[in-house]
Amino acid sequence: MGSQGGFYQSKEFLDLVKSIGEARSKAEEDRIVLNEIETLKRRISEPDIPKRKMKEYIIRLVYIEMLGHDASFGYIHAVKMTHDDSLLVKRTGYLAVTLFLNEDHDLIILIVNTIQKDLKSDNYLVVCAALNAVCKLINEETIPAVLPQVMELLAHPKEAVRKKAIMALHRFYQKSPSSVSHLVSNFRKRLCDNDPGVMGATLCPLFELIARDVNSYKDLVISFVSILKQVAERRLSKAYDYHQMPAPFIQIKLLKILALLGSGDKQASENMYTVVGDIFRKCDSSSNIGNAVLYECICCVSSIYPNPKLLESAADVISRFLKSDSHNLKYMGIDALGRLIKISPEIAEQHQLAVIDCLEDPDDTLKRKTFELLYKMTKSTNVEVIVDRMIDYMISINDNHYKTEIASRCVELAEQFAPSNQWFIQTMNRVFEHAGDLVNIKVAHNLMRLIAEGFGEDDDNADTKLRLAAVESYLRILGEPKLPSVFLQVICWVLGEYGTADGMFSASDITGKLCDVAEAYSNDETVKAYATTALMKIYAFEIAARRKVDMLPECQSLMEELLASHSTDLQQRAYELQAVIGLDAHAVACIMPSDASCEDIEVDRDLSFLNDYIQEAIEKGAQPYIPESERSGMLNISNFRNQDHHEASSHGLRFEAYELPKPAVQSRIPQTLIASTEIVPVPEPMYPRESYQTTMPSIPSDAGSAELKLRLEGVQKKWGRSTYTPATSTSNSTSQKTVNGTSQGDGASTVSSMRETYDSRKPQVEVSHEKQKLAASLFGGSSKTEKSPATGHKAAKASSHVVEKSHVPKSSLEVASEKATPAQQPPDLLDLGEPTATSTALQLDPFKQLEGLLDATEVASAVNGAPAASRSPDIMALYADTAAGIHNKNDADLLSGLSNPSVTNMPGTTAMPQVTQSSSKGPNPKDSLEKDALVRQMGVNPSSQNPNLFKDLLG
Amino acid sequence: MIKAVMVMNTQGKSRLAKFYEYLSVEKQQELIRGVFSVLCSRAENVSNFIDAESIFGLDSRLVYKHFATLYFVFVFDSSENELAVLDLIQVFVETLDKCFQNVCELDIVFNYSKIHTILDEMVFGGQVVETSSSEIMKAVEEISKLEAASNAISLIPKSASGWRSR
Repeated sequence: MGSQGGFYQSKEFLDLVKSIGEARSKAEEDRIVLNEIETLKRRISEPDIPKRKMKEYIIRLVYIEMLGHDASFGYIHAVKMTHDDSLLVKRTGYLAVTLFLNEDHDLIILIVNTIQKDLKSDNYLVVCAALNAVCKLINEETIPAVLPQVMELLAHPKEAVRKKAIMALHRFYQKSPSSVSHLVSNFRKRLCDNDPGVMGATLCPLFELIARDVNSYKDLVISFVSILKQVAERRLSKAYDYHQMPAPFIQIKLLKILALLGSGDKQASENMYTVVGDIFRKCDSSSNIGNAVLYECICCVSSIYPNPKLLESAADVISRFLKSDSHNLKYMGIDALGRLIKISPEIAEQHQLAVIDCLEDPDDTLKRKTFELLYKMTKSTNVEVIVDRMIDYMISINDNHYKTEIASRCVELAEQFAPSNQWFIQTMNRVFEHAGDLVNIKVAHNLMRLIAEGFGEDDDNADTKLRLAAVESYLRILGEPKLPSVFLQVICWVLGEYGTADGMFSASDITGKLCDVAEAYSNDETVKAYATTALMKIYAFEIAARRKVDMLPECQSLMEELLASHSTDLQQRAYELQAVIGLDAHAVACIMPSDASCEDIEVDRDLSFLNDYIQEAIEKGAQPYIPESERSGMLNISNFRNQDHHEASSHGLRFEAYELPKPAVQSRIPQTLIASTEIVPVPEPMYPRESYQTTMPSIPSDAGSAELKLRLEGVQKKWGRSTYTPATSTSNSTSQKTVNGTSQGDGASTVSSMRETYDSRKPQVEVSHEKQKLAASLFGGSSKTEKSPATGHKAAKASSHVVEKSHVPKSSLEVASEKATPAQQPPDLLDLGEPTATSTALQLDPFKQLEGLLDATEVASAVNGAPAASRSPDIMALYADTAAGIHNKNDADLLSGLSNPSVTNMPGTTAMPQVTQSSSKGPNPKDSLEKDALVRQMGVNPSSQNPNLFKDLLG
Repeated sequence: MIKAVMVMNTQGKSRLAKFYEYLSVEKQQELIRGVFSVLCSRAENVSNFIDAESIFGLDSRLVYKHFATLYFVFVFDSSENELAVLDLIQVFVETLDKCFQNVCELDIVFNYSKIHTILDEMVFGGQVVETSSSEIMKAVEEISKLEAASNAISLIPKSASGWRSR
């Protein structure tokens, strides 16, 4: 039995393997293995086990662990075996520990010593076994213990040992670059090793080093090129040939390295052209490994500074790959094509049919690769076909990971290249319907924004049509069962905002649908919240239009349910709805203007509209507000008294949010209150406590407002970012009017011309195969029509965008705020609440007096803010910035996101306990609403004040 | 670098599993199951490559080859070339074949530690160090010889090999 070599096994083990092999079920297998574990546990702890027996036990343990059972009881025995003198036993011990243990295992400490000793052994096999263990088991802390020995081994007479020592050093570099950074020059030295095997092994660490820092290795370009040349010319011994290829694995590694070194470096690339060209010519394309080398050549050619001749050879090889019957080669061909079209886009066209074939191939891997390629070559001319295909494919697969990826790609392409709003909305609907829970929430916000804003055309009619189309499609889609939450949110918002806008649908239709949604998805609070607010909007619009409002019975019962909801957010919305319904038409029109989601809401962070009021109060002898930071002593008292966890958590939250702007607080205090800065902090024990107790519970606090902020970043930029041009941004509004006129024309004509070309292609296409049709729509357009219409279209879009942005500066708000925040010290919550609070502190009963005002502000801002927030989520971020104490963590919960900040803005300083209560039970909302309307007017400053906004937005 | 090497049979029983980054036993099993479920859903005559990102995380590719009752699976990142890894599997199998004369699933099961030795000669710490099957054979034979020599004192009963050769 020559094949047995030195690897003997006993009958017991063979029987075990056999019985496991014959096990019919997983349960049976488990039973056998558990039996085996019992046996081994018993046997392994017996005294005086012969080494040979012990070795076999350990192998059995390894085997058991491979089958997924815990063998940790035997780890210590494996460790013990590494100490043994016998090579066989020692090697088995090392094998077992490398499989059992990780570098942070407690037992490692027992092995390090042995490893140190073994690295110095005379027997090179012992050394190799130890090096193997070094790779797996040495961590950052233990590297210094073995590093000197490993360094010595780099000069070991046996090439196998040198090779492994290099790998061990490479491993150290991967684990902790700093600990071996002074030794990386050794890799360069080993490149000149006599043994080609060692040289080849050295390429692995060098590849990684070069990938991290190309510039320090530019000097090696010549060496690598000459090595590659020698290898390709068969200067190495025959032993390195593989399937008649000279050392192909070394060639591949070298080509990879050259690709890195030549990337964007003309001079370095020029050195490589000859040798790469030679390989292209010499390479045997009939063997697998030959093709591997060829593929690597293409990668190299597409990475280094382009050379027309090499690109030509690369294109030839690609077409050979794509024409091949082998799926592997097709796959490589598609991948290579994806690399090469970045440099020479025109080559895609000649392979269009091959690409279509791959797209329809049953092989999933190939299909995915092809979609990746299509994604790379999408343009405005072929976006419809590609995205359509992608969505079809997305629907057909179950793999959530890939579904998510492809959904986000669809969204990205649709946003970038959408030919029309209609198409965009339809596409988004499909994506949401089939992968709604997998796409990023900001995609939903984008869609809502688009529906609210339109594409920026001035034509209100088109916008209305768009909205109507959206509403219609949503009413239809609502019939489908089990829609994703995110999609439902969009639907509810759009229905609330535009459901009744053009009289196609009656309020009772829409409210009925909304109630159905709230009922059908009753365990999704976010959807319910959206539905409630949508209901409120519908009713408000009805009231404002002076129509009689009849609440549907199901709506009434829904409201009753929500008024008693456990969710404070839902409760608040229900109360707000109730309050709004009780108001007269004028007040409702003020707080809930129709189609105002795009209106600008400027936040008056200093609450300057209260200055007069405060001044008055102070003149009457009221005490000014004392900022929280100067009240620390008192806070401690309150802390002490309210040691329930509510209190603690609210503190925790606030503390984090405030931390940054703290220094600014002090410097800014006096501004409005110079007259009374010298006030001594007067403890007012009653208010901090109360405020916590009253404000906190009413504010929903899931975790995640921070998350929300993050995710929403950059939403604005997405839209047609490439189309904005700084030049147009400077033009003033009158000239823009004219620009606008012309651009309208341009846009229309380009679109129609595109259509024409698109259509004119069709007949000729239909003559032949359906595939060719697809190919034409994918590729054909790219070369023929693409140039002028595409750019024209873009330009048109750009200018119309500019116009839109300039006279409807709404979205600039967020940019402004983003910009403004860092520029002027971010005012924090203390700052905001300060004036109000100061005044209240003075009054005999300040809350009573302010109640109405605050209530109004709050209701109104909640109501008005809501649509804006859901539309342009960045505003949320702004709120979150300023109202640092934002307690609303419910991340999808935009409405309360806005209403709460305004709540927290004022009472957030812990000065205004009644506010939240009054939000639902405010005594005289009507007066206060009117006051608020005034406040809003004052607060809303035209953003044209700040010309930089445009630059920011457009640049 | 190479992340993992697996050999499993067509029933999904794992015959060899080596991970070059440490993973807990449970995680290893999960990955093996994940790989198997993908493998058995693959048709014949399709490519040998699978996008393994959903199983192994970002930047992972998987190349497999089907021999008789066994799947040989290599998982690796973008620093390797798919076709080359396919040939690496070929080298591995060729070496096994030389070692066991017409290798079959049973050889792999019964010579568990030897398979590891062979693999260790090819892939070391996640990097490919040797790609010539004759070189690997030489090294492995030398190891066997020396191990046998060091172990000569304790004689091995031949019963096991007798059983195997039936």
